[in-house]
Amino acid sequence: MWIQAWQYFLEHSDKILEWTLQHLYIILVANAMAVVFGLLIGIIISGKGRERLADSVIYFASIMMTVPSLALYGILMGLLNAIALPSIGFLPVVIALTLYGLLPIIRNTYTAIVGVDPAIIEAGKGMGMSEGQILWKVKMPLAVPVIMAGLRQAIVMNIGIAAIGSYIGAGGLGQPIFRGIANYRVDLIIVGAVCVSLLAIIIDLVMSRLEWAVTPKGIKIGGQN
Amino acid sequence: MIKLENVGKTYPDGTVAVKNLSLEITKGEFCVFLGPSGCGKTTCMKMINRLIPLTSGKIYIDGVDITQQNPVDLRRDIGYAIQNIGLFPHLTVCENIGTVPMLKKWPKERRRKRAEELLALVGMEPKTYIDKYPSELSGGQQQRVGVARCLGADPPILLMDEPFGAIDPITRSRLQDEFLKIQGKLKKTIAFVTHDINEAIKMGDRIALMRKGTLVQYGEPSELLYSPENEFVQDFVGSDRVLKGMRLHKAKDVMQEPPLTIRSNDTPQNVRSIMEDNMQRWAITVDEDKHFLGWITHEDIVDTKSIKDIVIPPTVTASPNTPLNDALSLMLNSAIGTLAVVDDDEKLLGVLSFQIIRDVLGEQIENGDS
Repeated sequence: MWIQAWQYFLEHSDKILEWTLQHLYIILVANAMAVVFGLLIGIIISGKGRERLADSVIYFASIMMTVPSLALYGILMGLLNAIALPSIGFLPVVIALTLYGLLPIIRNTYTAIVGVDPAIIEAGKGMGMSEGQILWKVKMPLAVPVIMAGLRQAIVMNIGIAAIGSYIGAGGLGQPIFRGIANYRVDLIIVGAVCVSLLAIIIDLVMSRLEWAVTPKGIKIGGQN
Repeated sequence: MIKLENVGKTYPDGTVAVKNLSLEITKGEFCVFLGPSGCGKTTCMKMINRLIPLTSGKIYIDGVDITQQNPVDLRRDIGYAIQNIGLFPHLTVCENIGTVPMLKKWPKERRRKRAEELLALVGMEPKTYIDKYPSELSGGQQQRVGVARCLGADPPILLMDEPFGAIDPITRSRLQDEFLKIQGKLKKTIAFVTHDINEAIKMGDRIALMRKGTLVQYGEPSELLYSPENEFVQDFVGSDRVLKGMRLHKAKDVMQEPPLTIRSNDTPQNVRSIMEDNMQRWAITVDEDKHFLGWITHEDIVDTKSIKDIVIPPTVTASPNTPLNDALSLMLNSAIGTLAVVDDDEKLLGVLSFQIIRDVLGEQIENGDS
């Protein structure tokens, strides 16, 4: 069985590469959108006096996460169909993954910004920084590592969920898995599953490097002490 | 320079933090806001740079109502230092000190030059520290950088909220001394918040003692110590006000000529007879250039030994700027109840004795109580 899977891998490596690239493309687009919206929402809800809004937003995003992916795909297909947009394939999957990716990014952005030492913010304000300067020159640089950790979590999680997207025709590494299930070919399932896992592991490693690279030097030094 | 006129702060929930407070800080004056926690001293200070908006009254800086100015521009012209320092951990010492200059759009080279100057001013080797991050510095060094940062763009006014609060007593006392030296050169107008009466007496030209949002007494440290306006001031100052008041006197202000000075090149016979004539068992000894050498006692004098050989070198000496409280503790530590005051070149300037200190303090109390 494992041998057959290995043989399939060798014989169809071009196919597998194509699926992998499809998979990566979906992840890339969805998480790029999740970052844009997640950051925006996270920054907005971390503003002064918006604690209740923040609670509701994070609560709502958490509920989003509990919706099973297949059900979410189904709901999106219905919605997209109603407004005459492509209801299968790339679009619904990207939207679903964006929604799933939002929570970790919103939550981490919010927590990181709210968690910046008040003394640092007071010092900035007292020296004549505007609200915008405090956000971009103080809060964001300090929040970046935590936000990156959220993005990493979102991407790795989405790699798994994206595999299910193949069910509604988005391609990717879910293809061999679903084909395997339909045709009772365990070797195909193994190829798909192993590739998805490997992809997740590799991306996780890359992201952890990236997380370290974007951490301001002054904080890294502090972390080592 | 800074004028508070019937200033009040009432929060929306009805809490009165400051009420009807008026005072004036003149140019170059070091004003300490002092009081127990919750007395409104920090609120008062933060109203000056509009971190807290006032709800009644007016504050003028150089005659201009602060509410007429953009708060951000106003703050850039007022140095600000806080107890928790609040250094930016992601920025280097250079960038931290250059915060306000950066906001004021100074060119990069000028900011770096300024940071070097200020590091040297607060006693940190610029080359060693300028590119370090805050997490690489000790607590005391961070405080120094915090002070340097509030001087960044050379503002005429400084607001300082317990800037030496979060460090150990020894470092704190050293930083206080150094900051007083810096202030002696720069002559900034300073509003300084503390709850520590000793710090207030040591640092302030004037002290504004507050209680429950009102100004109880505003005056020089000696006024608070020796003519307290009411019981609260008396209690706050403490029953050891005489001891605290010693801080206000410098050795140079009260020292006296030594009763008898011996030259080290004199002959033993001569010295003995001088001491006997003056009925002194101890005498202070100096060399030809008035450098302080130590003490000699009558019974040590031997005809065959020169004065230089029998002189007992001093264990402690005071400098002209030593406050009396330190001088007294030096005296208690030394074998002789008299303390020599010498300058940086070890030249003898005068002496202090228990009697002198007693007389000075007695006079203070009498003046204050009358």
